[in-house]
Amino acid sequence: MSDEPLILAVPSKGRLMERASELFKAAGLPLRKTGHERGYRGEIAGRNGIEIAFLSAAEIAYQLSSGRVHLGITGEDLIREGGREGAPRTEVVRSLGFGEADVVVAVPECWLDVSHMSDLEDAAAIFFREHGRRLRVATKYMNLTRRFFSDKGITGYRIVESLGATEGTIAAGTAEMIVDITSTGTTLQANHLKVIEDGLILKSQAVLAKSITASWPPARSRELDEILSRLEAGGG
Amino acid sequence: MVAEPTVSYEALQAQANAITELFKARGYELVAPAYLQPADLFLDRMGEAIRGRTYVFTDLDGEELCLRPDVTLPACRVYLERHPNAGVEARLCYNGPAFRYQPDGADEARPREFRQAGIEYIGGSDRPGSEAEVTGLVVEAVRAAGLMNFSLRIGDLGLFAAFIQALDIPERWRLRLHHFFWRPPVFRNLLRQLVISPAGEMDAAEEALIATLDIDDRKAAEARVAEHLDGAGVPIEGMRSLSEITERLLDRAADAREKPLSEDVVKLVETYLAVSGPAQASLEHIEQETKKAGLDLSAALSVAQTRLDRLSDGGIDLGATTFTAEFGRDLEYYTGHVFQIEVPGPGRAGHIAGGGRYDDLLESLGAPESIPAVGSAIHTERLLAAVRGGAS
Repeated sequence: MSDEPLILAVPSKGRLMERASELFKAAGLPLRKTGHERGYRGEIAGRNGIEIAFLSAAEIAYQLSSGRVHLGITGEDLIREGGREGAPRTEVVRSLGFGEADVVVAVPECWLDVSHMSDLEDAAAIFFREHGRRLRVATKYMNLTRRFFSDKGITGYRIVESLGATEGTIAAGTAEMIVDITSTGTTLQANHLKVIEDGLILKSQAVLAKSITASWPPARSRELDEILSRLEAGGG
Repeated sequence: MVAEPTVSYEALQAQANAITELFKARGYELVAPAYLQPADLFLDRMGEAIRGRTYVFTDLDGEELCLRPDVTLPACRVYLERHPNAGVEARLCYNGPAFRYQPDGADEARPREFRQAGIEYIGGSDRPGSEAEVTGLVVEAVRAAGLMNFSLRIGDLGLFAAFIQALDIPERWRLRLHHFFWRPPVFRNLLRQLVISPAGEMDAAEEALIATLDIDDRKAAEARVAEHLDGAGVPIEGMRSLSEITERLLDRAADAREKPLSEDVVKLVETYLAVSGPAQASLEHIEQETKKAGLDLSAALSVAQTRLDRLSDGGIDLGATTFTAEFGRDLEYYTGHVFQIEVPGPGRAGHIAGGGRYDDLLESLGAPESIPAVGSAIHTERLLAAVRGGAS
């Protein structure tokens, strides 16, 4: 074991984990668990300078920004959501070509008068007059939403944080519209929601990201270069 | 993590005492509004821009709370707790912390936790009198703290409302321009859009639908929209009602048939918003320009003139007071007179104190009717920095 190992965080379950494992295997860097089968530690055979931490995708984004892991595979949406505008703490070093999904603004299909972001401010003004409050936007992407709405000049809304089943909040009466991630749009359609025409906030996919806040002594940087060149060669 | 800087604690404390003693001596009762406030109140009235700067959290009962980002609203709640039926004149003052997240990192110039010392004069029926009283008292307080060189900027949202009201444009456009005064980029876009194509962008389905609506028969239009949704198998979901959707479709239908806004009106609005200079001359300039365009603003201008006279009677030097027509655009709950005490400085660092009239706020917090109110807060850290900077 190296004194200053590079800690690579990999999703601990689901499609992201499977695709990440395949990718590293193809690059000649097979991931494997150490200790018992249900543990959360791993290694890459023959590379003593690298340790693997199996974590949830959201946790990986957080640990990268706080510098507790050096490199991680997670969704670009989670990286951008956690990022500060002025002083980024995480840098995307490579897009991985899987896990594609869009973060979008969606409204009820019955809002016939709303097709563009520019419609929202007027709709919000009437809503405020009728209900005495702002349009509520349910989302787990509080920062992405705030930035996007601000860029579009929309202010007559407020965010309600939603940590799951965001598309159900409108029928439940806890929000008027949502910002959510979707790969096929099926769930949105099933809930009678439509995506606003210029409401694409982010085309996301799985990425390999590097922590800027962590320290990068030469040995660790060399491991990063090695991983990147193998992924390149492996066609990842 | 570091603790909030406490180096200036004693100096701030001494300054706060001097200011609150003055407020009390002038009949303002010292109150201590709660630090913890329901997040809803701030978010629904001040919007996401303030949320981005507010410490919001959920407690163990699931209640969404915030650390007050400002003291005016909490002070209004104190008033309403005491006088649920309003209708009582009250002069309140406070001195205490407010909390704002600093997106570019907190430091001594941009503290997360800062002190506001302020006054709220609620229910005063002599409007220009209460405006002059509050403005004059805050100017006096800043002087009492040792700041001698500063400038006063004033604005008048009531005059702007009267100006928009006098424009020869459809009422729904007036409402929108008035509503978006606080959102300068939206306001600019709206003006441009009204000139190019009043109805703005819409998709083909909406265009086809609004062509079938009778703009003079709202009931029939609503039935038509309901039928259209039903035919497409789209249910009405959420709190936004069929009537709201129809209202906006009818607005768009009317806009699509309206002739575009004339460039002359846009120029007039731009001319109005660009007015900034010595107070007396600025009012006269507005009077000339609007008269030339055939607008009658005499009632609102005479209100503004009376206020200027009262400020002058109260010892404010009008020669050193700037009137800026678009001042007040970032303070959404103000409805009339607005003012700010300024010293040179980067960004907001030079904004020592600000305030104004907010006649609708108490009603939106639960008062039975609109209540006249004027208030102001001093940013005490900035005041201290300015006093020290001026002394050195």
